[in-house]
Amino acid sequence: MKMSQNNPDKDDQTSSNRKTISLPISRVRLIMKSSPDVSSINQDALFLTTKATELFVQHLALSSFNNGSGKETKSLSYSDLAKTAEETETFHFLADILPKKILARDYLKSLEQMQEEEADF
Amino acid sequence: MAERPEDLNLPNAVITRIIKEALPDGVNVSKEARRAISQAASVFVLYATSCANNFAMKAKRKTLNAGDVLAAMEEMEFERFLEPLREALEVYKKGQKGKKEVLEQKRKDKERKADSENDKSREDEEEEEEEEEEEVERMEEEPEAENEAEEEVEN
Repeated sequence: MKMSQNNPDKDDQTSSNRKTISLPISRVRLIMKSSPDVSSINQDALFLTTKATELFVQHLALSSFNNGSGKETKSLSYSDLAKTAEETETFHFLADILPKKILARDYLKSLEQMQEEEADF
Repeated sequence: MAERPEDLNLPNAVITRIIKEALPDGVNVSKEARRAISQAASVFVLYATSCANNFAMKAKRKTLNAGDVLAAMEEMEFERFLEPLREALEVYKKGQKGKKEVLEQKRKDKERKADSENDKSREDEEEEEEEEEEEVERMEEEPEAENEAEEEVEN
């Protein structure tokens, strides 16, 4: 109690510091360290990467929503993300993990179904 | 080291909250989309780390520093993150410093209480402590100055 009376400014800073990032730094460090050639990371670099990841999540979600098909229905779907990964230069590195669902398998399946249905008739 | 593959995922609850805050109110985000964004975020961390590490290696440093991460953002064409990142780092550093000062202050208060009956020695001690504190701050600032110098050389 005494502390907050003496240093109101400092207390504010500490609490706003807590709010600057919400992702766990320890988990981000684990991911960074899983990269084989990284030996050590200083505290500021760790903080910045964590913060950047949050900005990235916001940016990816918002870009995908704005370019996507769900603006009227107020929804964000996987295909909106895949579209953004494919069409936006900065998100291109995601194309491998966010592949556009090429419906070859589904298409073949539906073709099969149609043939079966035809056979039934 | 990550022992299980799920250790390399970011916590879903936090990712979901960040997505929600970024989008207009009432937007429904499918489970598949949330999972995809979370995976994308992990890949982003790895990509950024690898880029930053390249900068560190070029400068023959083993430790990734703030400058490396910022350079990586530029390389990845996320210049739009640079300004918010710099601001956040400043607040973070102030917070770290604030914490240290609060701890120092606590220690002082404690000692002051113990010494409250001996005014003379209290004053002496206070002076000494202030000197100590200044030294700590100077030491903190130095490595940073070095980093900046390194960056400039690189450019």
